[in-house]
Amino acid sequence: MTSPWSGRTIWIVRVLALVSVLSVAATVWLGLWVTPPDKVQGNLVRLVYVHPPMAWVALYLAFGIAAVSSLLWLWSRTRSVFWDRLAAAAMEVGTVFTALTLVTGAIWGRPTWGVWWAWDARLTSTALLLVLQLGYLALRRIPGDPDVRARRCAIGAVIAAVDVPIVHFSVNWWRTLHQGATVLNTNLSPTIHGVMAWTLLLGFVSFTLAFAWMLTVRYRIQVLSDRIEGTDLEIALRERWSEGDE
Amino acid sequence: MWRDALLVAGKDLRIELRSRVVLNQVAPFALVVLALFAFALGPNRAPMVQAAAGLFWVAVLFACVLAVQRSFALEAVDGTRDGLRLSGLDPAGIFLGKAAAIAVQLTVLEVLLALGVVLFYGAHVHSYVAVLVACAAGTAGLAAVGTLYGALAAGVRVRETLLPFLLLPVVAPVLLAGTRAWQVALGTGPGGDAADPWLRLMLVFAAVYLAVGVMIFGPLQEAA
Repeated sequence: MTSPWSGRTIWIVRVLALVSVLSVAATVWLGLWVTPPDKVQGNLVRLVYVHPPMAWVALYLAFGIAAVSSLLWLWSRTRSVFWDRLAAAAMEVGTVFTALTLVTGAIWGRPTWGVWWAWDARLTSTALLLVLQLGYLALRRIPGDPDVRARRCAIGAVIAAVDVPIVHFSVNWWRTLHQGATVLNTNLSPTIHGVMAWTLLLGFVSFTLAFAWMLTVRYRIQVLSDRIEGTDLEIALRERWSEGDE
Repeated sequence: MWRDALLVAGKDLRIELRSRVVLNQVAPFALVVLALFAFALGPNRAPMVQAAAGLFWVAVLFACVLAVQRSFALEAVDGTRDGLRLSGLDPAGIFLGKAAAIAVQLTVLEVLLALGVVLFYGAHVHSYVAVLVACAAGTAGLAAVGTLYGALAAGVRVRETLLPFLLLPVVAPVLLAGTRAWQVALGTGPGGDAADPWLRLMLVFAAVYLAVGVMIFGPLQEAA
């Protein structure tokens, strides 16, 4: 089976992989060893270098790409299998990042709030987003004609994406306790240390790069698995025909 | 579009009038849910009155899942779905018709549930306007989203398990807003809360999903 990528693309992806792994490693090093503990939060502040970057990738980047790709697939002028695969890849990688956002948030919440989970606005809407994403993945796994699947998933993604701002507003009105702002609140830490700001920035860059790398790999797997589905049927058909020849 | 919607809604409601599945099975189920909540909260009146608004909307959501399932089970037999597609009816009309039929059935269920909440839980209604507007807006929103997901899951073998999983998280805002509006209307909510923003949220939810449905139901039918 030939690779779905040209030699040059493979090299670009390899460089992307190397850069993202190195930058994540640098974030870990800066976040755990170089940056000082916070006056108020102590060592807990180190979660700030991973939690917001994960949330940014999960809530905005991944879900945004999935929603826009689904819309582009639905619009007949831009319809191509590329958008379907991109939406699937972004949603799947995004689901992992949403789950990680919730887990790192819970780890931060336990010592800070005293509980693993609080029914706070952002937590609740992120949890709902995770369920919506899992719903998309469930739609994705339904066997059937690839074109029907693409259509079903694209429509499912659009219906879910429309819900996201409504969920956001309703849950916000429902309850707002999130302490996230205090981390960067200037009242509590009047001068955010230079290294801390740079580490946070690097966190955003490195997680975005890691997301991009995972996205390309997941896309490639999607292409290959689509191809296997096609070939399996072909092989089965050929075997069946050859039975007739004997 | 409107004429097609009337035709489809008439068809679904006529089938319901003759088969009485929603009335004979879903309505008793909804009342059983109310009784189960009462068992779970204990025999004291106070926690039941406190939770009445939320319990009402949870029961409505469960009933909505069943009503949607029933509505699309009608299409699954005798090649009705293909017949509907071949009929040349406007997809937007089919969407509005099915949503309207579900909305009518949900309204009947809500009347029963509201009576149950008042009679069995001992809740007192302070503002009938808020209760009615919340029910109307909530019903429209639930029927619209329910019709979309019902059609999306219709052609799928795992639809019974897929539909609640997809539908319930999406209608979470209706549950939140409906509960808050009802809490104000029943006088059991936190002090200083007004029903207006919640009612507006439910109206926006209904309008958004009705619009999405009108636009997307054509392509959606081809996915089934």
